Amino acid sequence: MTTKLLTALLLGTSILGFAGVANAADVTLNIESWRGDDLAIWKDKLIPAFEAKNPGIKVVFAPSAPTEYDAALGAKLAAGSAGDLITCRPFDKSLELYKKGNLADLSALPGMENFSPVAKSAWQTDDGKATFCVPMASVIHGFIYNKDAFDKLGIKVPETRDEFFAALDKIKADGTYIPMAMGTKDLWEAATMGYQNIGPNYWKGEDGRTALIKGEQKLTDKDWVAPYEELAKWKPYLGDGFEAQTYPDSQNLFTLGRAAIYPAGSWEIALFNTQAQFKMGAFPPPVEKAGDTCYISDHTDIGMGLNAASKNADAAKTFLSWVASPDFAAIYANALPGFFSLNNTPVKMEDPLAQEFVSWRGKCKSTIRSTYQILGRGTPNLENETWVESANVINGTDTPEAAAKKLQDGLDSWYKPAK
Amino acid sequence: MAAASKRPFRWHIGVFLAPAVLVYTAIMILPLAGTLQLSLFRNIDQSQVFVGLANFRTLFGDPNWSVGFWNALRNNVWFFIIHMLVQNPIGVMLAALLSSPRLRFAAFYRTAIFVPTILSFVIVGFAWKLILSPLWGVAPNLMDLVGLKSLFTPWLGKEQYALTTLSLISVWQFVGIPMMLIYAALLSIPEEVIEAAECDGITGMSQFWKIKLPLILPSIGIISILTFVGNFNAFDLIYTAQGALAGPNYSTDILGTFLYRAFFGFQLQIGDPNMGSAIATMMFLIILGGVCVYLFLIQTRLRRYQF
Repeated sequence: MTTKLLTALLLGTSILGFAGVANAADVTLNIESWRGDDLAIWKDKLIPAFEAKNPGIKVVFAPSAPTEYDAALGAKLAAGSAGDLITCRPFDKSLELYKKGNLADLSALPGMENFSPVAKSAWQTDDGKATFCVPMASVIHGFIYNKDAFDKLGIKVPETRDEFFAALDKIKADGTYIPMAMGTKDLWEAATMGYQNIGPNYWKGEDGRTALIKGEQKLTDKDWVAPYEELAKWKPYLGDGFEAQTYPDSQNLFTLGRAAIYPAGSWEIALFNTQAQFKMGAFPPPVEKAGDTCYISDHTDIGMGLNAASKNADAAKTFLSWVASPDFAAIYANALPGFFSLNNTPVKMEDPLAQEFVSWRGKCKSTIRSTYQILGRGTPNLENETWVESANVINGTDTPEAAAKKLQDGLDSWYKPAK
Repeated sequence: MAAASKRPFRWHIGVFLAPAVLVYTAIMILPLAGTLQLSLFRNIDQSQVFVGLANFRTLFGDPNWSVGFWNALRNNVWFFIIHMLVQNPIGVMLAALLSSPRLRFAAFYRTAIFVPTILSFVIVGFAWKLILSPLWGVAPNLMDLVGLKSLFTPWLGKEQYALTTLSLISVWQFVGIPMMLIYAALLSIPEEVIEAAECDGITGMSQFWKIKLPLILPSIGIISILTFVGNFNAFDLIYTAQGALAGPNYSTDILGTFLYRAFFGFQLQIGDPNMGSAIATMMFLIILGGVCVYLFLIQTRLRRYQF
């Protein structure tokens, strides 16, 4: 009996001893994320690349389901069991975590200088003094078109609005293709692929967006109503029954080759490449007249921050600096075409469609969606109302002026711009 | 002597009631009380502060909330009216047909009509979305076959039709329930009553109206109240078919979806459990009011027949 107990005791201590040794040698970092889709990319490409350069640091990518991520992360942070590295949602969800003290201030992190102020705006305090996540990727809006259809009908890629509508008229007159694949059933298509896509050209990107936040411009101003006027003109070019056309319907219409133009976000690239049997091209939102400065929505989408309670903060900072480096950007952007690195160093990408999208950064000015930073906070929620009103304008339920007035009234009810 | 005649305390009653009472309290009464309590508080600087009825004042006084609430209530009433006018009469009619002794394959019809009731809302929502899709749905083609193509519109996407369409989908799904309940009630009518009626020369339609219908009125009352409670708690079908924003232009927004957006938030809108609870409390009061009207005004006046 005594010997048995002694053996068990010895065995137990020896195992514990070994575990202690293993811990001292290696630091293991856990990444919290909602991007379960990216598991293979992290495991096979990103983590091995990092570990090769930084022996002694092990990284584990541990995603949870997108719909559960925020709640699960909140619970884990409260319980102190969250991973060292936290994938950041843009804007208020992460800002809230920072304010609660869950995310560490990363303003001084080596590598942060690789990002522009627009790129960092999604993970900054309102005054822009503290940055708490490293920007990883953004999505760019524009139009993807069916190159075969354009060649067949002899249409050249439109640069100005007049050319754009002339092209739509031509496709409609020919009748083989639905001119534009978009529906209003899911509402957000009209707002995200419509209003936020073409809008920056009217409100001059960051100038208009920041003026709106400062209260110098209103949604009822000409620059903010004009995109709605253009959206209202889209109606005749959409497919039959577009009022009940859902987002997957629009995707299928385009990839089956039944529609010629698709108002897009760059996240579609990977899916479209696998599904479409024809050549595709892309063009940025057309400007008023040739030679005008163009503006694109280059919307910040994913970042990564440091759990303030992490026991391995130094190793985690090493990792984050690597995430901020061009090396990471090159691997990530190529593995996920359509999710573009926000790094200032241009990344060389293989995918032609992704290249086309990212090339606009060179000639156009980038901005983010107008309804997200600060303005996306209150009730009634400006982003959600923009969905509803954009769909209303295309459906013809509301005039552009009426829609803009409703949005501004809703915003006025809770938002008082800082003087 | 008095002590001897006192009956011993009957512990077994408490013991046998305890499991049901405990389970019901834990999963029904406590959450309900919690909701009512939550609606009287507000989150100010990360802590819950008692604010009395301020949330209700916001709900009814602030146009940003009240317009949405009245819209949802109006839509909900319409949703209920459609069910009462379409689902229940059809249910009664189907039950009357099924109980006819001359009908063949009655068991088959009964099952076929009842099957949608056991389907998940998600399946029903997506199936109908596809059926009615203007792009790949079968509805436009079927209507074309009978020459009615011109009547087809994208119903789920039109403000004026969407809610009625969804109500009818819900009717299609749930018509089996009134049918089964009425069918059971019709079967329980004793043969002697029917035979007596026949002796008096009441047959066919007039037998249904004069003899059977009065006998099944209590069942119809029960069905009405079940429909009322079900409709004012509805959420799933609208959510799966139209999304949480209940488009187009909030035309299909009912109390359930309105509550969902307020309580859990949606997209950038951050959930507000306190306002959500205020809405939930209003839903509770509306349903409670409806059930009370039924119990105290209608059910007591329904005549009961004892056989």
